[in-house]
Amino acid sequence: MIRVEQLAKRFGTVQALHDVSFEAADGRITGLLGPNGAGKSTTLRILYTVLRPDRGRAWIDDADVLADPLAARRASGVLPHSAGIYPHLTARENVAFYGRLHGLPGAALDRRLDELIAGLGMQDFADRRAKGFSQGQRTKVALARALVHAPRNVLLDEPTNGLDVLATRALRELILGLKAAGHCVLFSSHVMQEVAALCDDVVIIDHGRVVGCGTAAAIRGRFGGATMEEAFVSALGHQEGLA
Amino acid sequence: MMHALTTVFRKEFLEAVRDRRVLLSSLVFGPVFAPLLFIGVLTLSLERSVTSMDERVEVTVAGADRAPNLVQFLRQQELLVTLRDGDEEDALRWIKGSRELVVLAVPEGFGEQFRAGRPARVMLYSDGSNKQASKRAGHVHAVLSAYSGTIGAQRLLARGISPTVVQAVAVDAVDVATPAAKATLVLGMLSYIVLLVTLLGGLYLAIDATAGERERGSLEPLLTVPVPRTHIIYGKVLAAAFFMTVALVLVTATLRLSVGLVPLEELGMSTRFDGGTALGLFGATLPLVLAGAALMTVVASFTHSYREAQTWLGVVLLVPTLPIAVAGLLDVKASAALMAVPSLSQHLLIQGFLRDEPLPAGYFAISAGSALLLGALLTWLAGRLYRREAILG
Repeated sequence: MIRVEQLAKRFGTVQALHDVSFEAADGRITGLLGPNGAGKSTTLRILYTVLRPDRGRAWIDDADVLADPLAARRASGVLPHSAGIYPHLTARENVAFYGRLHGLPGAALDRRLDELIAGLGMQDFADRRAKGFSQGQRTKVALARALVHAPRNVLLDEPTNGLDVLATRALRELILGLKAAGHCVLFSSHVMQEVAALCDDVVIIDHGRVVGCGTAAAIRGRFGGATMEEAFVSALGHQEGLA
Repeated sequence: MMHALTTVFRKEFLEAVRDRRVLLSSLVFGPVFAPLLFIGVLTLSLERSVTSMDERVEVTVAGADRAPNLVQFLRQQELLVTLRDGDEEDALRWIKGSRELVVLAVPEGFGEQFRAGRPARVMLYSDGSNKQASKRAGHVHAVLSAYSGTIGAQRLLARGISPTVVQAVAVDAVDVATPAAKATLVLGMLSYIVLLVTLLGGLYLAIDATAGERERGSLEPLLTVPVPRTHIIYGKVLAAAFFMTVALVLVTATLRLSVGLVPLEELGMSTRFDGGTALGLFGATLPLVLAGAALMTVVASFTHSYREAQTWLGVVLLVPTLPIAVAGLLDVKASAALMAVPSLSQHLLIQGFLRDEPLPAGYFAISAGSALLLGALLTWLAGRLYRREAILG
């Protein structure tokens, strides 16, 4: 479970976040929807503790991201926007490195690695060096890395970026699988179709503020659109910056 | 802490070992090729200067029949005299044809002036811009002066005056440089090479720690693991320091094997580069490794790309060599205070070992202590910088 209260963050002269509050529940997929530059990544970065907010608080399960960032990190698996992997290590070594940093002991780590490799369909390239991997293969490695410690909460920043249709589909199934297993999944996107197809709850962010929040059906009802897209445009009150 | 540190260290090690470019540039080109190149050039230049010392100096004499005694004296002094017919204009022509030629021309009035006891003029032609010719001309000049002095002394004796009367001051030049110290002038470059190559050994890992990770986009996920950022950066600094240590071992071994091949004895110099010297050189430089690794990591943490980091670290590589250059210019002598200056103290300690006059153990301790202290400070600073938000770029 993820809770965010009144986050504000400024970079130099740019006020990236004014006031962002929402909740993402366990066993549900929550979509953070908004145009480019709305503040989605900044919000996620505060949640995975690489940025500190100027104001506001946030919790991953019971861990305050400001007071106890290490506990917050233990409780979450993260696929950041730039999820580079090490080209000279194999896919398995890339994931194992993170497993060790999460403190998984040898035998448990090996079991977990086999599980992830099978679960994400990585058998073909698991023991190849990552140099020259396709975008889809890289995303799978980064995802396996994020899930290596079996976190309850999963944060994904634009996970389908650069993926082809098949890989996107595979990712969707994976996210649904995480939901079914009771995980709290929070993912950001600027693609409405994706959010509409996948999310139970939607948080619409624009100019650093939450402009709409609720279940997908409630959002459609509240903003008076037959489709998610119409509701989204109506919520933003303008038509710029849409995918 | 140890767990995260060793995990990061292992990963950095594995990556570096698998990257052929990194391996070649940090452990082969630097520590092995650089000293070999230096030793090679040194050997060649020494061989040349040794052979030119043995060579008999050639001089062409025009108008020899006007000064038979002088020519005989030149031959007695082991000069290789060639007699040719011609006047001053011919001399210029000959030199144009062969720039290494030195021509001594005896003009017509020589005999007359000589007999009259007036300064008898001769002309010595050479091309001053030619190294070989000016060296030969200097030698011929010295022989002519000696001849002039001998004749002058005889003349004074013939008049009943002691020749010593005209010698107001007698200069005895005494060269106190021991053979080993002389060689150190030549080998002074070695401590510079050792320090530079050691730093180069950790360059790529230091860049990779921040700029490289950031450029690949792997830094942000790395910072989401439940490990304090400082532990991650300490592991990276340690990996860079490890590679620098390997580079130091390799450069020391290369020097141990190759310095003996330089024909320094032929110049009356000697340097011992035995196991003890190698061990001393290694021990003197090792404490600087941590400071070097941390310094490069700190600088790299301010840059945004691999290329930018390379540019800045090129400048950083010069920093530790600055005190050495200053010391060389001012001819600084080792003192306890100077031992507190990292890199300069290493240079002075290495010079001591090469000179076969090791500095006191207390100096060694001050040098190691100050280098390690600087290393600890810089490592702490690297950790602090890694905790900034701006580290993500």
